[in-house]
Amino acid sequence: MAMDPRLTSDLTDELKEIVVDIESYTKAYGLDFFPVIFEMVDYRQMSEIASYGGFPTRYPHWRFGMEYEQMSKSYEYGLSLIYEMVINNDPCYAYLLKSNSLVDQKTVIAHVFAHCDFFKNNRWFGHTNRKMLDEMANHGSRIRSYIEEIGWDEVEDFLDACLTLENLIDQHSPHIKRRATDIPDLDHHLPPEKRPVPKIKVDRSYMEKYINPASFIEQQKLAIRQEFEREKRFPEQPERDVLQFLVENAPLNSWQRDVLSIVREEAYYFAPQGQTKIMNEGWAVYWHSKIMNNKVLKDSEVIDYADHYAGVVASSQQRLNPYKIGVELMRYIEHRWDSGKFGLDYQNCDDPAVRRAWNKKANKGMEKLFEVRKFHNDVTFIEEFLDEDFVEDAKLFNWAFDKRSGQAIMTDRDFKAIKNNLLEGLTNFGQPIIEVVDGNYRNRGELLLEHRHYGKDLKIDRSFETLKNLYRVWTRPIHLKTFIDGEERILFCDGGEPRLERADTGETVRTQGENR
Amino acid sequence: MKMEGDVSRFRRIVRGKIKDNLKRFISSGELLGRQGRKKVSIPLPRIDLPHFQFGGNEQKGVGQGEGEPGDPLNQGQPQPGQGEAGEGEGQHQMEVDVSFDELADILGEELGLPRLEDKGKKNITSKKYRYHGILRTGPESLRNFKRTFKEALKRQISIGDYDFNNPVIMPVKEDKRYRSFRIEEKPIANAVIIYMMDVSGSMGDEQKEIVRLTSFWLDTWLRRNYDNLEARYIIHDAIAREVDIDTFYHTRESGGTLISSAFKLAEKMIAENFHPEEWNIYLFHFSDGDNWSGNDTTDCMNILDTSLLPAANLFCYGQVESRYGSGQFLKDLEQHYGDKTEKVVMHQIRDKDGIMDALKAFLGKGR
Repeated sequence: MAMDPRLTSDLTDELKEIVVDIESYTKAYGLDFFPVIFEMVDYRQMSEIASYGGFPTRYPHWRFGMEYEQMSKSYEYGLSLIYEMVINNDPCYAYLLKSNSLVDQKTVIAHVFAHCDFFKNNRWFGHTNRKMLDEMANHGSRIRSYIEEIGWDEVEDFLDACLTLENLIDQHSPHIKRRATDIPDLDHHLPPEKRPVPKIKVDRSYMEKYINPASFIEQQKLAIRQEFEREKRFPEQPERDVLQFLVENAPLNSWQRDVLSIVREEAYYFAPQGQTKIMNEGWAVYWHSKIMNNKVLKDSEVIDYADHYAGVVASSQQRLNPYKIGVELMRYIEHRWDSGKFGLDYQNCDDPAVRRAWNKKANKGMEKLFEVRKFHNDVTFIEEFLDEDFVEDAKLFNWAFDKRSGQAIMTDRDFKAIKNNLLEGLTNFGQPIIEVVDGNYRNRGELLLEHRHYGKDLKIDRSFETLKNLYRVWTRPIHLKTFIDGEERILFCDGGEPRLERADTGETVRTQGENR
Repeated sequence: MKMEGDVSRFRRIVRGKIKDNLKRFISSGELLGRQGRKKVSIPLPRIDLPHFQFGGNEQKGVGQGEGEPGDPLNQGQPQPGQGEAGEGEGQHQMEVDVSFDELADILGEELGLPRLEDKGKKNITSKKYRYHGILRTGPESLRNFKRTFKEALKRQISIGDYDFNNPVIMPVKEDKRYRSFRIEEKPIANAVIIYMMDVSGSMGDEQKEIVRLTSFWLDTWLRRNYDNLEARYIIHDAIAREVDIDTFYHTRESGGTLISSAFKLAEKMIAENFHPEEWNIYLFHFSDGDNWSGNDTTDCMNILDTSLLPAANLFCYGQVESRYGSGQFLKDLEQHYGDKTEKVVMHQIRDKDGIMDALKAFLGKGR
């Protein structure tokens, strides 16, 4: 493995022993991970690695420089501290901050092992490239060579344009086959009236007109015609993986196509980390606290450990701390399955007192946790396990910004509303769902996108900027259909100033210049 | 460090953003409160890449903790959790530290300001290493690769040791060439700015704000041009006195205006502390142009002609428009000097947006 030589500072003998010990505890509990390589780094190196998303060999880009400036600044001001950083790779790389105290190092090491277990076993990470460290270095050298051949500014400009589109991927596509490419259809070359009408198989001919009545045949014929119309469309189905569509169909040079596909590939690699933030951190905190409390902690370290732990699970009223909500929900699941609080009897029990006292001594908590870490992502995790009892115990509430007082105000503690609110924020992992509907719109090679609007509007000024970048890639006018304040609108860009149009009349409602 | 490249690309973008927003910064005074020792922290509109993202037309969320519906929330303090505290979402502005030198460069580029020409007078000298030639001996760290290579090539060709098919050059000791240096004494240019401001009753807060902003930028530019810059402040109504920077901006007097009083004090200051042989002297005077009498104005011209102008690199008069000021002094100056001397620059600053033009006028001569 080609590692940055600056990072190969060895662990101290003391830490090596600790790593070996903690590794054996985690394995005894059943955690399972790729080999983990620990590196000690100072805060500059840590900020650098973190800015590159964990990959020091990544392609050069100013945004990493910006991250670095902000990160090292906030470290210098004492605002934030990164204790560790783990890379989903085989082997896993884990970076520890040199200045951590010994008890912090122990905590962090246990924490790291749990993350590595999660990377390896959670299904949502199943598709990720486990040799990503090599792949990232490869991306880096490809982009560097383009920079050398083509020039800094041109490559950077194009990379900027691609990066503004990086969230336009199909979050679920690694797990779902959306295109029916492997079903060869022999009749597709025929015009619709000549295609055979699919009928239900009839063994006895006198039953024919009952099983395949004329109305059914008409229906089938209509279906064929619709299918035919659909085939003429491009893409045939609305395409949620906008980046893939662009890689395949945008008029790009080979280097541009490659840059775009690099951006896409990295977006897919990082996607599961966004999809499982709450679970992954919850899982790691759950294990580091279990291992520290049961195995590792010395009496003299308890206070420091507790202080650190309190920091990790500190709650802020405005934003849920994924570490805290994650570990609390993990423990809640463990408790429920240990005491048998599952199944039909429990679900149907309406008496809160009985529910509270419920204990069938099922002892299935640990088993259930391992199952949860294998199959769930944040959306399904919350959907499945965040119930009324938990919301009450965890003291969750809704808040909203009150314009009159200029303050955030607690609005209610209504279970359904809280859960909806949480899920809404997590759906498509907080990104709008945007699909390519027509790649030959108005028969003029224009691009029609549609925003699947589920209640939240797009931010218009940012969308205008993004649209301009999309135009750079597609090079023909772009239309994005969406809803703004309940009205159907089209965001339009033909390379000039983007504008917002009414969907029905095409009348311009607002241009970029007159923001707000 | 690999990161350095990315950081410098980022800073280049920041520079561009500052340039785009320079007019706003110059006229808004936003930067004044943000000065550190050598840096100024500049708020910029977000530089991160745009995405299709949800708008915050209604801000809401889920929180955790005690309380009753209707209670206001504690302002969210950053979470000291492991890893990054939350995502980078929701930051609409970022602050970037920029050194004054860099800020001055941007100002200079944007306004097309020439470098100031100092009078070339010596005050203090400093030592500087200067590479000036090539020697046959020296430390390896100063070895000049190109020269050494050439020497070796020459030697090998001349003794027939050079193989065109296998062009290996092996320098020997005699081929090696080293850069040599000498220590030079370099004069340091010194400069002093004397700010003079009319604080008589007719100069309101708004006028002073304009003066304050203008002097901030003048200061930034002059400091870029001189290693050693001193600033002195004089306020006057009918009498003048020297004050510190704070008083300069915040005093409000009432009473009449005798501009000559300030000029006399500046004259005295120069005579006592800033010998024109040794100092580059910049004089800036701000007023609403309402001098007490024509006699005094004549006195002013006399002082300028006989002592201030011969001593100074530049005398700038900025006339800030006020409701009460007659603006006569500007006319008088124009009449007296017109285009006769490069050393006198007059400019009328109508409002904050006029500051940029004033800076251009004052500094555009490059003196």
